[in-house]
Amino acid sequence: MLWGVLQFPGSCDERDTLHACKLSGDARLIWHEERDLGKVDAVVVPGGFSYGDYLRAGAIARFSPAMEAVAEFAADGGPVLGICNGFQVLCEANLLPGALLLNESMRFVCRQLDLIAAFSGPGPGKSCDRPLSIPVKHGEGRYWAPAEMLDAIEASGQVAFRYAPGQNPNGSARDIAGVRNEAGNVLGLMPHPEHAVDAMTGSTDGLRIFEGIEPLASSAPANG
Amino acid sequence: MAAKKARVLIRPKEGILDPQGKAVERALPALGFEGVEHVRVGRMVELEAEDPARLPELCEKLLANPLIEDFEIESIDGA
Repeated sequence: MLWGVLQFPGSCDERDTLHACKLSGDARLIWHEERDLGKVDAVVVPGGFSYGDYLRAGAIARFSPAMEAVAEFAADGGPVLGICNGFQVLCEANLLPGALLLNESMRFVCRQLDLIAAFSGPGPGKSCDRPLSIPVKHGEGRYWAPAEMLDAIEASGQVAFRYAPGQNPNGSARDIAGVRNEAGNVLGLMPHPEHAVDAMTGSTDGLRIFEGIEPLASSAPANG
Repeated sequence: MAAKKARVLIRPKEGILDPQGKAVERALPALGFEGVEHVRVGRMVELEAEDPARLPELCEKLLANPLIEDFEIESIDGA
């Protein structure tokens, strides 16, 4: 299992993500100017402040050569995981539905919370059969979509994770913490599984999300 | 062809909570400005474009996120 971890100017979680990926395989960094992803089995778009978050979080990163390659990789069924800023980038790129807005509280939030997988079947839904203790750290993580889009993604099983009742840290619509695309191979979430892979920092539940991506890689047509 | 100056106004769509606007609104009474409400904070982008006909596409693809924001393009010279 070879993971590719994107790195933009302003990314800050790519090192933790590399570390997390290496616990379940091998991983390499992919600089934002690279148009060729190489022979990776899965891609992670990590957290941080790509291109300084200028204009809107994720808006400029979306047009990087590496993201063009990621869009093609995703269209071929390759698994893509977007974390925090990476989630914002995937939404801006229209690879995931909805948008992430300024937290309702206007405050940056940084705390450990419980995350509940809202879907079953292949992928992380299966490996996340109990609430996961995962940290969040963001200022713009309020998931928003028009009501009819929310109804549609709920009906099609695209809501991937919700904050546990009473723990919504940012005012996200319907407690949504993460969503996936219709095909199920692109997943984005605001909480940081890569910061929860070592007991030293309090939780190893993040590993379950990375482990859940692996079966998607082996079933992807791109690698078949 | 000389580039044309334009101004793009971008604002959060109606009905979307705008915490920045709320914060500004809440600060006003403390400064003695009573009776100001429905404050919404957006962005303004000034630019010069050789082909202004392409500005709407540029706005939809980059300057604004059409899901959450409305935009208006104003021509500054030659209007």
